[in-house]
Amino acid sequence: MGRTAGFVGMVVLVFAPPTLADDPSFSIVLKNNQFVPRDVQIPAGVKVKLVVRNDNPTPSEFESTQFHREKIVSPGQEIIVFVGPLDPGSYEFFDDFHPETRGHLLVK
Amino acid sequence: MLATAIIVFREVLEASLVVGIVLAASRGVARRGVWVGSGIASGVLGAILVAACAEGIAAAVNGIGQELFNATILFTAVVMLGWHNIWMNRHGRELAATAALLGKAVLGGSRPLYALALVVGIAVLREGSEVVLFLYGIAIASGESALNMLGGGMLGLAGGAAIGALMYLGLLAIPLRRLFGVTSWLILLLAAGMASQGALFLMQANVLPSLGNEVWDTSSILSERSMLGVLLHVLIGYSAQPAGIQVVFYLATILVIGTLMRVIGRAAPRAPSRPPATASI
Repeated sequence: MGRTAGFVGMVVLVFAPPTLADDPSFSIVLKNNQFVPRDVQIPAGVKVKLVVRNDNPTPSEFESTQFHREKIVSPGQEIIVFVGPLDPGSYEFFDDFHPETRGHLLVK
Repeated sequence: MLATAIIVFREVLEASLVVGIVLAASRGVARRGVWVGSGIASGVLGAILVAACAEGIAAAVNGIGQELFNATILFTAVVMLGWHNIWMNRHGRELAATAALLGKAVLGGSRPLYALALVVGIAVLREGSEVVLFLYGIAIASGESALNMLGGGMLGLAGGAAIGALMYLGLLAIPLRRLFGVTSWLILLLAAGMASQGALFLMQANVLPSLGNEVWDTSSILSERSMLGVLLHVLIGYSAQPAGIQVVFYLATILVIGTLMRVIGRAAPRAPSRPPATASI
């Protein structure tokens, strides 16, 4: 058990981003098939943490071809998506299971 | 209904193109239908299982379970595709010669069909689990009737499968002695594309750096979500706005598998081969 915990700890250490605690965090909620907020303003040039929660009763997939993210969010759950560092600009994201549900990262 | 059909179509298309290429690459091999069939069947079972465990997978390994899972199965597929190509380069020529000699296309049974079956299984599992989650979502949302959903799903499935069948039939039109050369290239590019996708998941998991968010942007010329874009995305790993790490993995995969194909392929004792280029000067 101790060994397993040690191994898990090592895995976590290896995979955990070194600046985990410092990364600015932003929340996005999927509700009634809308992203709330629809436009999320984040700082340019730094890595940020997006916390995406799905308040819909159905599964969604948080996706962006512009900042390369693709992650399933089960109903009632939240996922963490690290993004950036990005150059200033507007980057679209969408719900792959409901493609009309869209939002933007406004990087400034 | 149409929206459902389109989403299912896109997911099924990705898997069905892989099946089409694998079927063409294994043309003439005894019992290939059994291998490919079990690949598809286990892929479907796996897809349902993965969809059912989506929550657990996502939460695993500090929240990056989904990324690690996707990357792992993608790189497994890359290794299997590479292994198939290396094997074919070593033995394919004799097999083709034997087939020509016998006047029929019955090729040796020792080919690594398990590798291709695994690739089929992985492709079906990956795309299938998204289809399952998506359809499940529609089923429990009241917006669309079950009949409509089923109709859309079947329409998308049929459309996606039809494109895969066209791919297969198109490849069949190639003479057998040329076919392995063509499928070899297709499989190499398929592997490179999958490696670039795997790299994306490792980047998303914060394990790999992005090496630039966008090396180029051709989304205004050919969107990755258009029909042709999806087709090229599966076949050659086309990305409209690739991250640097994707390009690195794409090229590295071609380089590594290509080199191994040459090195290991050459090491095989070959019946009358072409003289070395230097000898002809």
